[in-house]
Amino acid sequence: MIEVVDSETCTSCNICVNVCPTNVFDETDGVPVIARQDDCQTCFLCELYCPDDALFVAPHADGPQSIDLLALKQSGIFGSYRRAVGWTEETKEARGLDRSYLLFGN
Amino acid sequence: MTSGSARADRISGGNGFVEFDADVLVLGGGPAGTWAAISAAEHGARVVLADKGFCGTSGATAAAGTGVWYVDTDSAKREAAMANREAMGGYLQDRRWMARVLDRTYKNSNRLAEWGYPYPTDDSGKRQLNSLQGPEYMRLMRKRTKQAGVTILDQSPALELLVDDGGSVAGATGVRRQKQDNWIARAKSVVIATGGCAFLSKTLGSNVLTGDGYLMAAEIGADFSGMEFSNPYAIAPAFGTVTKTLFYGWATFTYEDGSVVPGASSKGGRSAIARALTEGPVYALLDKADTETRAAMRASQPNFFLPLDRTGIDPFTQRFPITLRLEGTIRGTGGLRITDDSCATSVAGLYAAGDAATRELICGGFTGGGSHNAAWAMSSGYWAGAGAADYAQQSSLKRASSVLRAGTVGLRSGRNRSIGPAALTKAVQNEVFPYDINYFREANRLHASLQRLDALWRDVSDAEAADSTNMLHARESAAMLATARWMYRSALARTETRGMHRREDFPRQDERQQHHITTGGLQEVWARSTVNATLSEAAE
Repeated sequence: MIEVVDSETCTSCNICVNVCPTNVFDETDGVPVIARQDDCQTCFLCELYCPDDALFVAPHADGPQSIDLLALKQSGIFGSYRRAVGWTEETKEARGLDRSYLLFGN
Repeated sequence: MTSGSARADRISGGNGFVEFDADVLVLGGGPAGTWAAISAAEHGARVVLADKGFCGTSGATAAAGTGVWYVDTDSAKREAAMANREAMGGYLQDRRWMARVLDRTYKNSNRLAEWGYPYPTDDSGKRQLNSLQGPEYMRLMRKRTKQAGVTILDQSPALELLVDDGGSVAGATGVRRQKQDNWIARAKSVVIATGGCAFLSKTLGSNVLTGDGYLMAAEIGADFSGMEFSNPYAIAPAFGTVTKTLFYGWATFTYEDGSVVPGASSKGGRSAIARALTEGPVYALLDKADTETRAAMRASQPNFFLPLDRTGIDPFTQRFPITLRLEGTIRGTGGLRITDDSCATSVAGLYAAGDAATRELICGGFTGGGSHNAAWAMSSGYWAGAGAADYAQQSSLKRASSVLRAGTVGLRSGRNRSIGPAALTKAVQNEVFPYDINYFREANRLHASLQRLDALWRDVSDAEAADSTNMLHARESAAMLATARWMYRSALARTETRGMHRREDFPRQDERQQHHITTGGLQEVWARSTVNATLSEAAE
């Protein structure tokens, strides 16, 4: 489930509020808040759409996790999914790397 | 239809409503809905598309990666593609529909390439069009939908359909959940592209998919086909959501003590996993993947590795606990019954596309994964959009003077307390999640479950309207309840094992039951077998 909107890097663009398919965030005067965490479906799409890599979705679907924000940030995990799918300038060649055609025959 | 204004008109505001006037209204903004909207616009219609969430991230495709049933025009290859799934699907497919879906999928995939979808090329330089990355695909589809002149309403779940005094569909109304107001869209035809129903099982990307479109369509008399094919379960890490069944083809499955689960495999051995899970934890280790395969997996499906990387598990060297998550009618093949080649339903002006519609026409009673469903979504969406546009053009130019709201459960005054969405959802999940009711089916257990579901329906069908904060979830839970009843009524009617529908009390396929099961109704749920004559006769 979504666990972190990092107020240090969030620019309050509210893209996450708009794109969340299950309407988990609420807009505020400052950074968006995780208003309905129970509705999070752990699809990771908010992370992909966050241009500032300010969001972290824990992979645990069934309940909130305790988060060590400092350790998380040091681990380089923020933005890692966006980089992996090629949605950053530096990694955009990854968009065309789908090798599923090698796997379907199995 | 006027050619001057290609965009649907926003008529007025005020009174807590925004109102739109369109030719075609599309409900749902996943692959089927966006293809339908683009197709309708290309056929001259003014189109509104309303999505419960965000068109571009909503639905089972956006969060995932999916194979596509894309086959070259070579007739031998197409023949083989059609033939090799017929036995698995229980011979309920229709060859003519399979051929036209292959043809339409070929055309639409090549359009995606023209639109700039970054298809990969293999080592021989050949472009490969049989896989789509969900986020990339749906971001492109949103862009093309907007470019086609479609008015998109995001975060705007529909709550009920509108009908005119002749019983034809006349639009829909719902809420704009981030603006705390309501929308109403008058339209001459409506495409239901709201996806299947996975009962909030958290299988990847599916919690938007609660059968809302089924309920709305049933409220104006639409019926369903193949709802007994509604019990596929997908493998996921026990704690996570990412269901990529394909990759578990390289897995070894073990019990707690490390011994191998006999007969367990991703394909053709998932029931052994289900049985093992009823006794204790089951683990997977992807030890059969060689170095090259591992690299291809990483490149192809970054999302598969998210739950694993983030918990410090190397799936190729460390086993991890797995579970099975119900995929309901998302990978099940049942849905709204299609009555002609334009994907019309049994209600005038109402069309169905994607997982909201039955996919028996090309899959019969079984699909292995996204492949056929993705092909169906882009094909049926394309046809439904065109059909809805043609219908709108042919229907009377004068708009119906009065329209009625067709919604029922959860929306009107009633004698019982209003629906508690969380409690009702849990009660429905308790009937559809357990393997010994839904996966391994048997008459007594199905009957007992259906009785409990019917009792729940009697209670909520006379419930007081939910308040505005609970209304959407109340309608979702009621839709799931209705869906479960159609599933089990159909499952009882099919007294054999066919496709994914397996009956412990009828373990064999019965050649006399090579037919479709139609179901419907809300107060009283009915099911009957039907010969598929209308479909075979319909002309291309």
